[in-house]
Amino acid sequence: MKNKLSGLAVPYVIWMAIFVVAPIIMMVVYAFSTSNGNFTFGNFADMGLYASVFGRSFKLAIIATIICLLIGYPVSYMMAKEGPRFQKVAMVIIMLPMWMNFLLRTYSWMSILENNGLLNQFFASIGLFDLINNIGMRMAANPELYVPIDHFNMIGTQGAVVLGMVYNYLPFMILPIYSVIVKLDNSLLEAARDLGANNMRVFRKVILPLSLPGVLSGVTMVFVPSVSTFAISRLLGGGTQMMLGDLIEQQFLGGAYDPYLGAAISLVMMVIVVVCMAVMNHFGEGEEQAVML
Amino acid sequence: MSKELIRLKNVSVAFEDAVILDNLNIYFNDKEFLTLLGPSGCGKTTTLRIIGGFLTPTSGDVLFDGVRINDVPPHKRQVNTVFQKYALFPHLNVFENVAFGLRIPKTDENGKKVKIPEKEITERVMEMLEVVNLKGFEKRSITSLSGGQQQRVAIARALVNRPKVLLLDEPLGALDMRLRKDMQNELKRIQQAMEITFIYVTHDQEEALAMSDTVVVMDGGKIQQIGTPEDIYNEPKNAFVADFIGESNILDGIMHEDYVVEFFNRKFKCLDKGFAPMEPVDVVIRPEDIDIVAPEKGQLRGTVTSVTFKGVHYDTIVDFKGYKWLIQTTDYHAEGSVIGIILNPDDIHIMKKSEYSGMFGDYSSYSEEYDEIGDASVELDEEESEDEE
Ligand SMILES: Nc1ncnc2c1ncn2[C@@H]1O[C@H](COP(=O)(O)OP(=O)(O)OP(=O)(O)O)[C@@H](O)[C@H]1O
Ligand SMILES: [Mg+2]
Repeated sequence: MKNKLSGLAVPYVIWMAIFVVAPIIMMVVYAFSTSNGNFTFGNFADMGLYASVFGRSFKLAIIATIICLLIGYPVSYMMAKEGPRFQKVAMVIIMLPMWMNFLLRTYSWMSILENNGLLNQFFASIGLFDLINNIGMRMAANPELYVPIDHFNMIGTQGAVVLGMVYNYLPFMILPIYSVIVKLDNSLLEAARDLGANNMRVFRKVILPLSLPGVLSGVTMVFVPSVSTFAISRLLGGGTQMMLGDLIEQQFLGGAYDPYLGAAISLVMMVIVVVCMAVMNHFGEGEEQAVML
Repeated sequence: MSKELIRLKNVSVAFEDAVILDNLNIYFNDKEFLTLLGPSGCGKTTTLRIIGGFLTPTSGDVLFDGVRINDVPPHKRQVNTVFQKYALFPHLNVFENVAFGLRIPKTDENGKKVKIPEKEITERVMEMLEVVNLKGFEKRSITSLSGGQQQRVAIARALVNRPKVLLLDEPLGALDMRLRKDMQNELKRIQQAMEITFIYVTHDQEEALAMSDTVVVMDGGKIQQIGTPEDIYNEPKNAFVADFIGESNILDGIMHEDYVVEFFNRKFKCLDKGFAPMEPVDVVIRPEDIDIVAPEKGQLRGTVTSVTFKGVHYDTIVDFKGYKWLIQTTDYHAEGSVIGIILNPDDIHIMKKSEYSGMFGDYSSYSEEYDEIGDASVELDEEESEDEE
């Protein structure tokens, strides 16, 4: 069946064409071009050099997504089960950091995690390093060779990058899960209890499967920006934890100027993400329909 | 029969000062079919929720086999519920919905967890689907079922667990007349065959009378009457019950002495006693009990103001000097014709005055030509006020 476009849809369609479709077409064209404008597959062949960046990007994004899920689900669940007053307060607390600029948020984590940053200063002030050095000295086979520490290495590690991702994207996990759970029909939970299910079973057999659509969109909304981030890895990864976003940015703006390679990398990343999402949505389809009802 | 299983003792429920249930006292016998009957909002679902364990009464006790179970959570009660809004699991198909309770491990006497083997689960589910007439539907998704089919899945899902007590909250509400009648018979048969106590909620008085051993009539969070269907119909306790169960003409009367009541300025013999001399009472006369005779032979004489064909009988509205009565008769009496009626002592039923007096049992609004009531009670024809004895 063909629907005729209503007049109101026209501006939207033009908008989509200019800002969504056109860039994608340009990206595809660039990805298959040499600098002279000839057709080539060479850009994809060149990508092999950066396999480690691909690997790191996906690894860190997956870890960040899992951590967001582990934190986000219980928080969403508790929020949905508490009274409306608690829900309002919790919502404000979750949204509050998002009213601050993204870069600002990330910079502030930098100053917290730095070698002489707030956290290390705090550890020093409570004498943690002295304690560790004392123990280390005593345990060491040769105390002469023991190198005392005066800070933890936090900035520039993968942990710092993951922390930055979790901090920035956690709300995107919480909100969709929360909104699904809060809409769950309470009579379904009563029915399960009535049939003999204890709280654990009610959760496993009813709440969890019915909240899966929220989990799926939460996972998507955390994973996609995480895998393509560049600012977080640059600022908190200290330049040592290069990710796909950084790599692409370098091709367009940085010293390694090669927009054709950049476009090819973007294209591959996009395809991988789309495939991942499609597979996940396929698994969640049954539940999604169920909740539509 | 007749061993007491559940008792609600002085149970009251209030939500933010609004009293929903007001000092309920009911007992439910083992293997009994008991129906809670009442208009929408009278507290039927609330009563079921207390028995099911979803609501703790504000005051009063719930006893199961003599043990107080106020604080026992729903999943530990030997009770299953067919919910008013079905509450089927949308993520499971028909089979899995019905199997839900069976898949939950039960603790046996030795405290060991026992699981029902898969083969037995399949057998019991299929058997139950056959009972509710849904064979072949087991793979269907819940969303693809009609309201009536969903309702039957809900019945199967509760029954398959063979509970001691089954709570049914208007389980046939979404069914058409035919299926409703079939399912009524089917439920009654299941209840007797499986020897389960049914606590059934409905606002359909016909259904209540047809199926129940005991009927509890409720209104405004209070019990109005408890009794067998015959008791409730023949001996309604007050004007509310008389009106809610079937059709009733309800009149003001005065009890002169035992077995003698006066209404329409004339004395009638009746079968009731035990009232104070000259006590004002409500008089109930069922429309189907009234005998129509020739005008000159009647104790009362009136004019037919409207006739409606109802299939088996005619609903005939008769004006007795401004009071309009409903008379159900298989004979046709044309609009405008004058008829006489005879009331035998067992057609007249006397009730004590209650808060409901004067609210029900008047058929004036049945007719287009609405007469002013009031003058009729004063002016009476000579021959009508004449005592026949
Ligand atoms: N959680 C609640 N908070 C406040 N009032 C409630 C609550 N639950 C029920 N009520 C009120 O209690 C009264 C009785 O409700 P209940 O659901 O028991 O009625 P019912 O007899 O089952 O009616 P129906 O035939 O329409 O299902 C209603 O007036 C309802 O508004
Ligand atoms: Mg109800």
